[in-house]
Amino acid sequence: MNTLSLDVAAIKAEFPLLQRQVYDQPIVYLDSGATSQKPQSVLDAMNQYYAEINANIHRGAYLIAEQATTAVENSRAALARFLGASVAEEIVFTKNATEAVNLVAHSWGRTNLREGDVVLLSTLEHHANIVPWQQLAADQGVEIRWIPITNEGRLDLTDLDALLDGVRLLAVTAASNVTGAMPPLRYLADAVHAVGAKILVDASQWSPHRPTDVAAWDADFVVLTAHKMCGPTGVGALWGRRDLLDAMPPFLGGGSMIQNVTFDGFTPAEVPTRFEAGTQPLAEIIGWHAAITFLEGLGLEAIAAHERDLTAYALRTLTERLGHDLTIHGPSSVEDRGGTLSLAYRDIHPHDLSQVLDQHGVCVRAGHHCTKPLMKVLGVNATTRASLYLYNDEADVDALADALFAAGEFFAF
Amino acid sequence: MAGLEDLYREIILDHYRNPRNRGELEVPPATMAEGFNPLCGDEIQVYVEVRQGIISEVRLGGQGCSISQSSASMMSTAVIGKSTDGARDVMRDFKKMMSIHEDGLDGDATSGQTADRPGASGLGDLEALRGVVKFPVRIKCATLGWNTLDQVLDLLEVE
Ligand SMILES: Cc1ncc(COP(=O)(O)O)c(C=O)c1O
Repeated sequence: MNTLSLDVAAIKAEFPLLQRQVYDQPIVYLDSGATSQKPQSVLDAMNQYYAEINANIHRGAYLIAEQATTAVENSRAALARFLGASVAEEIVFTKNATEAVNLVAHSWGRTNLREGDVVLLSTLEHHANIVPWQQLAADQGVEIRWIPITNEGRLDLTDLDALLDGVRLLAVTAASNVTGAMPPLRYLADAVHAVGAKILVDASQWSPHRPTDVAAWDADFVVLTAHKMCGPTGVGALWGRRDLLDAMPPFLGGGSMIQNVTFDGFTPAEVPTRFEAGTQPLAEIIGWHAAITFLEGLGLEAIAAHERDLTAYALRTLTERLGHDLTIHGPSSVEDRGGTLSLAYRDIHPHDLSQVLDQHGVCVRAGHHCTKPLMKVLGVNATTRASLYLYNDEADVDALADALFAAGEFFAF
Repeated sequence: MAGLEDLYREIILDHYRNPRNRGELEVPPATMAEGFNPLCGDEIQVYVEVRQGIISEVRLGGQGCSISQSSASMMSTAVIGKSTDGARDVMRDFKKMMSIHEDGLDGDATSGQTADRPGASGLGDLEALRGVVKFPVRIKCATLGWNTLDQVLDLLEVE
């Protein structure tokens, strides 16, 4: 443990949920890829908002409405800083990453793509970064093309040049929620820009774990979601290059997103308000700010180093303890790899495996992880996924190995 | 607290290890439907052949967890030899067992009985799946084969 650069015991103590027991055992939470747990500071920030400054933003000329407005705009500024964005106006709050992709597909996609244009996706994508493009394809006659993967679950970029022919947009994940692979984003951005196309990065599985720098990626759009990075559910964001956002029509219509409405029509507001129709999830936006403060307090580099060490420990321990009975669908080295471990153990179905693990207090996810095309390429219907985060330690990995072993005994035949 | 032994009764594991009626039937004369569990990606194909109003053969394809596989396996043995109406009766009883009642959740899942119908469900081995209701996310696994059989029976009615 002393090789890891975070004080995990102290960190765990800040997460109320990690104090609880399940089945008379301490909970071993290994499903942060689905959603992370929340530190007390995030819960407090949301409670404090409701208890002290709850008012709708932007319109009330009274103290608490101004305080609420300031708190929300401070959160936008904090998120912009966190992402390495140059101005806060480039941040659009959405419901989650999914809505952010839909916003781009609907607004940018419908304005800029025509029949025969190609949207390039990677085989690693989550349905959130597939289905909105398929909807666009169905409506506009846009072609969807796929970047294949290697045996180790990384992107296979051998034929990238050919794949880029006719491409107007590459939509790619920064980190796979199944194999953990982290594609070379800057390389991809350069290749995409060289053919005059744009790149959208799904940072949902990256930003909780690694320093994010949209400028270093040279990305055009980035989507992310608060609940996977110690923040609340119900809020996410789109970051977009200002010139692109400025040229995009509104996605959802309604209150707040207008400059003027007459009997004959409406004029949309400036960016980012243009894309934020209706009352926003104010408490959640403010809670997200507290999550960002929490992550920056620990340091994203320290979090990354901790997870790299812990992932190396997990790959080593699981392989040593379970040997050939265990398959890990992902890179075997920790280079450009997150702490997401998609497992197959003997031929025990992931549902059965996770059920036995649950009895040991070990929370993992079983299923297709909203990546059905990837499952098809991996040749499975489902995997059992353990995902590591900043509050996990070697004892959690050991508990996983013990529970897998016990499941093997239970289903031995 | 619901334990693993409530879920994984021996008879269930037996049907999982040695699934009955695996395979395919020629369509036609058989009728086939395919079912998916969108949560986990499991899939099943149910083939049914009816002769003189009686289900003469059932075959099962696809893959899934122990609960979906054993439930389908037991289903196949339960409906072979029955009329399509008889099969629907078993299906209705099974789905009733799989619906979550308050007392079903609190009660003793291993008793294999409910108060209103003591031991008389006619479900036989399928009673072993009663414990599944204590694990609500697994109910969809247990009913996958049945919902697919339901589709087959609907197709048969149209024919
Ligand atoms: C890679 C990736 N993209 C997008 C999403 C969607 O996130 P949300 O459901 O919060 O929109 C997820 C979460 O499951 C994910 O893992």
